Amino acid sequence: MLQSKSFVKKTKKGKVLKVVREHYLRDDIYSGSPLDPECPDDQWRLSGEAAQYLVIDTNVALHQMDVLEHASVSDVVIPGVVLEEVKARNASTYARLRGLAANEAKRFFVFANEHHRDTYVKQEPGESPNDRNDRAIRVAAAWYAARLPGHKVVLLTDDADSRRKAGDMGVEALSCAAYARQRAGEAPELQDLVAAAREAEAAAGGSNEGGGGGKGRAAKRQRVYEEHRPMSDITAGIKTGRYHQGTLRVNRFNGFEGWVGSESVGQDILISGRVDMNRAMEGDVVAVELLPEELWKGASNKLPSGAAAGGDAAPELEGDEAEAAPDGAHIAQVDPGEHYGEDAAAAGGSGKRPTGKVVGVIRRNWRTRGYCGSLQPPKPGALGRGSGNHTESHLFMPVERRFPYIRIHTRQAGTLADKRIVVAIDSWEADSLYPSGHYVRTLGAIGDKETETEVLLIENDINTSPFTAAVHACVPPLPWRVTEADTSDPQRADLRHLPVCSVDPPGCKDIDDALHVRRLPNGNFELGVHIADVTNFVHPDTAMDLEASQRATTVYLVQRRIDMLPKPLTEDICSLRAEVERLAFSVIWEVTPDAEVVSSQFTKSVIRSRAALTYAEAQSRIDDARLTDELSTNLRTMNQLAKILRRKRADRGALSLASPEVKFEIDTETHDPLDVGMYQVREANQMVEEMMLLANCTVAQFTLKHFPACALLRRHPTPPPRQFEPLLRAAAAVGASIDPSSSKSLADSLDRAVRADDPYFNKLIRIMATRCMTQAVYLSSGELSEPEYHHYGLAAPLYTHFTSPIRRYADVIVHRVLMAALGLRPLPDSLRDRELMHGVVDNLNARHRNTQMAGRASVELHTLIFFRSRQVVADARVTKVRSNGLIVFVPKYGIEGPVYLDDAPPADGANGASGSSSSGGGVGGAARRKGGAPPADSNFVYDEEKQTVRSKDGAAHYTVFDKCAVRISVEESTTKGVQIAWKAQSRPRVLSVSVGATARRFSRAIMGMSFSAPSSGVTNYHQLSALDIDKQNVDFKTLDGKVVLVFVVLHEKYAEQGLVIQAFPCNQFAFQEPGGNEEIKKFAAEHGFKGLLMDKIKVNGSGASPVYDYLKVASGDTSAIGWNFAKFLVRRDGTVFGRFGPRTSPCTLEPQIQELLAATH
Amino acid sequence: MEFVSPVGLRLDGRRPQELRAMRAQLGVLASADGSALFEMGNTKVLAAVFGPKPVEQRSREDEKRAVVRCEYAMAAFSTGERRRRGKADRRATEITKAIRNTIEQTILTELLPRSQVDVYVQVLQADGGTRCACINAAFLALAAAAVPMCDMVASCAAGYLESTPLLDLNYTEDAGGGPDVAVAIHPNLGDRLVLLQQDSRLAVDTFEEVLELAVAGCRKVAEFMRQTLLEHTQGLAAQRAAGDAAAEAAGGGGGGGSDEELDADDF
Repeated sequence: MLQSKSFVKKTKKGKVLKVVREHYLRDDIYSGSPLDPECPDDQWRLSGEAAQYLVIDTNVALHQMDVLEHASVSDVVIPGVVLEEVKARNASTYARLRGLAANEAKRFFVFANEHHRDTYVKQEPGESPNDRNDRAIRVAAAWYAARLPGHKVVLLTDDADSRRKAGDMGVEALSCAAYARQRAGEAPELQDLVAAAREAEAAAGGSNEGGGGGKGRAAKRQRVYEEHRPMSDITAGIKTGRYHQGTLRVNRFNGFEGWVGSESVGQDILISGRVDMNRAMEGDVVAVELLPEELWKGASNKLPSGAAAGGDAAPELEGDEAEAAPDGAHIAQVDPGEHYGEDAAAAGGSGKRPTGKVVGVIRRNWRTRGYCGSLQPPKPGALGRGSGNHTESHLFMPVERRFPYIRIHTRQAGTLADKRIVVAIDSWEADSLYPSGHYVRTLGAIGDKETETEVLLIENDINTSPFTAAVHACVPPLPWRVTEADTSDPQRADLRHLPVCSVDPPGCKDIDDALHVRRLPNGNFELGVHIADVTNFVHPDTAMDLEASQRATTVYLVQRRIDMLPKPLTEDICSLRAEVERLAFSVIWEVTPDAEVVSSQFTKSVIRSRAALTYAEAQSRIDDARLTDELSTNLRTMNQLAKILRRKRADRGALSLASPEVKFEIDTETHDPLDVGMYQVREANQMVEEMMLLANCTVAQFTLKHFPACALLRRHPTPPPRQFEPLLRAAAAVGASIDPSSSKSLADSLDRAVRADDPYFNKLIRIMATRCMTQAVYLSSGELSEPEYHHYGLAAPLYTHFTSPIRRYADVIVHRVLMAALGLRPLPDSLRDRELMHGVVDNLNARHRNTQMAGRASVELHTLIFFRSRQVVADARVTKVRSNGLIVFVPKYGIEGPVYLDDAPPADGANGASGSSSSGGGVGGAARRKGGAPPADSNFVYDEEKQTVRSKDGAAHYTVFDKCAVRISVEESTTKGVQIAWKAQSRPRVLSVSVGATARRFSRAIMGMSFSAPSSGVTNYHQLSALDIDKQNVDFKTLDGKVVLVFVVLHEKYAEQGLVIQAFPCNQFAFQEPGGNEEIKKFAAEHGFKGLLMDKIKVNGSGASPVYDYLKVASGDTSAIGWNFAKFLVRRDGTVFGRFGPRTSPCTLEPQIQELLAATH
Repeated sequence: MEFVSPVGLRLDGRRPQELRAMRAQLGVLASADGSALFEMGNTKVLAAVFGPKPVEQRSREDEKRAVVRCEYAMAAFSTGERRRRGKADRRATEITKAIRNTIEQTILTELLPRSQVDVYVQVLQADGGTRCACINAAFLALAAAAVPMCDMVASCAAGYLESTPLLDLNYTEDAGGGPDVAVAIHPNLGDRLVLLQQDSRLAVDTFEEVLELAVAGCRKVAEFMRQTLLEHTQGLAAQRAAGDAAAEAAGGGGGGGSDEELDADDF
């Protein structure tokens, strides 16, 4: 049975080694088919009824996985050599292939041809390993054909040469495309799944390949990108320092800018534009060659817009389908450690940075799970051609901006047009502007909440599949209760008598922490934190444990929770609910009334929570001094202690940062968001936070002391100084000084950065400071040295996560380490295995990041849904000034987005002049780009030093931190689906100060102007007429002899002298004046407006009132009215004296008014 | 690294409970009293036995039993180009002790008072499982030298990788870092355990599973060695039957042969 055969292999890391291994050939390997009389029935995997058996080769397995996974493809033989090759080439494809082989229904049989006596082939002299393997596959196919005479065995290969050789051996062979065509009758979508034809196919001359534009394209083959250098060249280049190796990270907001972290250069290398990126994509490991220094660039100081992409990759080649520039109008929840529109690496000055180009891709990072997105809508002119049922080439637009468009071939374009689909990338040739890929599956309609949620889950690689039976088997049966055995366990303290309670957000079902405090006889306090005893149920190396360690964390979306542990554990057995006995892991301190910790102790326990409070409930109990029950007084005591702890922490230099968290109010029926608001942080939140911090720090110290080499800690690296530069620049521009030299100095300077008149300013600064932070990460203590354990943000030398084991796997590990440190259980072997732990910790960090991204994406999505049905005007703050626009942050919604200063921003709907927000999705990106964005900096001067941008005429002037108002509305188009259009105009600080708080709402009410071609031959203001607020026509002749200030305030002083103020309410600016005329009138009356209040009109765009048309022309400034409060001064004779911007305070016009009044008629 | 393929074959094509191919040859060195070459797959070990003979160092002489000396060494070329780094001596000392321990328990030392038996084991080619191969080779050499023994001794290792107990790990599997249980037994004395060594940890339940597999492996090894010895002695007997004077001239080697035949039959 055993046959030995030694053979020779070479290699291993550069060194050439001779490795001798045994290779046993067997005669007990069978075909797996019931048709084979020799095959024992326990080996039957293939079906006897199958029309044919497919034998696949390596390239089919690597590139056509989506075809193989299709339900209609079954009865496939995977030769062992294919499995091995796939394993060596692509781990995730290998996992999928293994999954297929394990799936009973698919009937995939692994035939160990390499160990079969009859199918083993020896490498012949001069034969390459690849050729040898291909031959082995053909031999296996031939063996099957011989073994099963009369049954059809087909070799599936995309290699034409291999097909020919198989034919010589008498084995039928097909390409995947041909196979799919053959099966088109039963499974039409199979043809879409076939990955783009490889070169081998093209070389075959397309003998029967009719579809696709393959030939046409081949004819005008043209090189777009430089060829990648050969691998040997790259390795040599890296060694000599000519090239630099690193991972490409593409700017999340601008897919045309990427950074390569390089140790050899010492800082990140900028890669600007697709040509220099040379087909590399996010996450690829690339070799980069630095450009000569005179070509170095700085990070773009413009908002990404059409213009930015103008000079990019040879648009003339496929200009008709050119990729739209990254659409600027895009809101985002911005991560900590990230600045809107900038990659983290870009932070730190706009000076010239080392710039390079990619010369080769060392390792591709193409996702095997595919990319979510949608098809580019056909151009209006080309609408007719797409109806046929033949394969067409389409551009696919990934939702994630950092990825390029992908060309796919599909015959379902019609049905896919408004769908979110998943596409996988197959290849990217140098002569193709875009990578080519193939359709994988459809997720659902664009804009649908479920679909979009699915998209964000896939994009962040979150596992939403239900738990397997093996996992559920690890869960104790319900109803579960604490047993006698638990309470009598000597290792478990009975703490059921303690007045424990939990404080959590409303609706929280997975309660993993509870608290108690009580006064001790010696005057000190006993403070207790009780954490759900998850490790009592989740044992190391069980199916549930492995699954949890894979998932690593529970994912919280706006309306959905994806659990790390099965629901019975999450919501019931582990959850420390009120009034039931639960197992806990408790940390108990004795603290002095000054919150000095005297002693601390850890114990497993049984507790009984008295109440599960929400933050709001806890807060009201704390606040309501009349409540004197035990729980309330305890909460008050705890709050006192927490405040002291918090102060102490602040004294040590802990940062108090802010993040723009929001919460949604959700309609219970439609599940659509009803309202968005800032997440309210109460004292009660801070109290709980403080207790948890204390518990985590205490556990960190204790576990590290016992296991210096394998404690799991969380560290927060000190941010490099350059990361603070955006904050420093912005702060300096407004005269605040921030000192980031240490966390203490930073905390102090943040405290000092206040403006008396602007309470939000401080929070804004803190939000911006948060963005300068690095990401906190888990680590296994053996991997770094003590000083590096430091947690910068908390100013704690040691920190870990202990308090949320239901939703974080890190805490589960910490619980286990703590148990071992207390001698309750031995330390699981896996925790000692350094290499294994390294993998676990990496996974924890990656999942943690993904979860945060997914959470934010979910908030973004719900924000979109929220705005889809309404248009909102909100206060906003300028957080960044760029040469062609502003980045604006809206505190109320926690969103940030760009506002373009010129009136032709990339998103059509956002054009102020058009007024209506939902432009019906007509014009695609291509058209916009063709039209060309106007020169972005034509009207504006950017001053980086002062962080201001001003228009050349001086009328507009924007500085960082300025208040403004933005109108937010949703633009729906079929391109990127739904996105938010921004339109903002500055409501300047000056104005809001001078007019004062009472007039503020009024100020929104009135105003606006518009410009379109002057409609009539109006030459004098007095020739005009307009409706007043009560819809009575007011002939402006009545104003003859009066100086008209079209607008506000100074009326009282100069009324007798003949000043008339005409106020035109307008709803065109951020919809500040949505009310009816009656309402406006009432409001005006309340605020003592005595001028002439006119009817609500439009001031800009096509429906603009002739009054404003005239005013604009006559004043010599025909640009669109910027914002409410634009003013025109009209002389007594009806000629227009001048136009004043909204920022000009009417008070400053006093001299002019006096002058005009003085002038006789 | 994946040590067991989805179809249940190991890297070299064996199934989990299969041994590597064994080969053995006795009397390979004319100068030794007994010698054997033993191969388990690509692991190849040469053992030479000198004795029983008078004790060289007077001080070590034992009037009740024989002194067993053992020397274990790896040939410089045995590992090919993968060089084991450092601690080679310590490892050698440990293996030496394990081998000596095992054979000391097997040789009927009390039958050979005031004498000494030297066992030299040389690893010619290492591919995992060297200590087991050494013990097996040493036993065969002792048998060839007609040293009286209470039973055969057979040794084999088993490991535990990817939740599968694997018999007779080769180098690649050994380097997989899983636990490795080396066992030697007296197969005719109720599978008495003579040697049990384990590196790394193993849960008790799994340990028993692995141990059982290792013992089963030992039995197979013992069966193979028994066959080898039988063939060898039959060869010698045939030689003697030919009654050649030339065979007589071959001397001591042939003389030992008759004893050996008895031994083999005892087992």
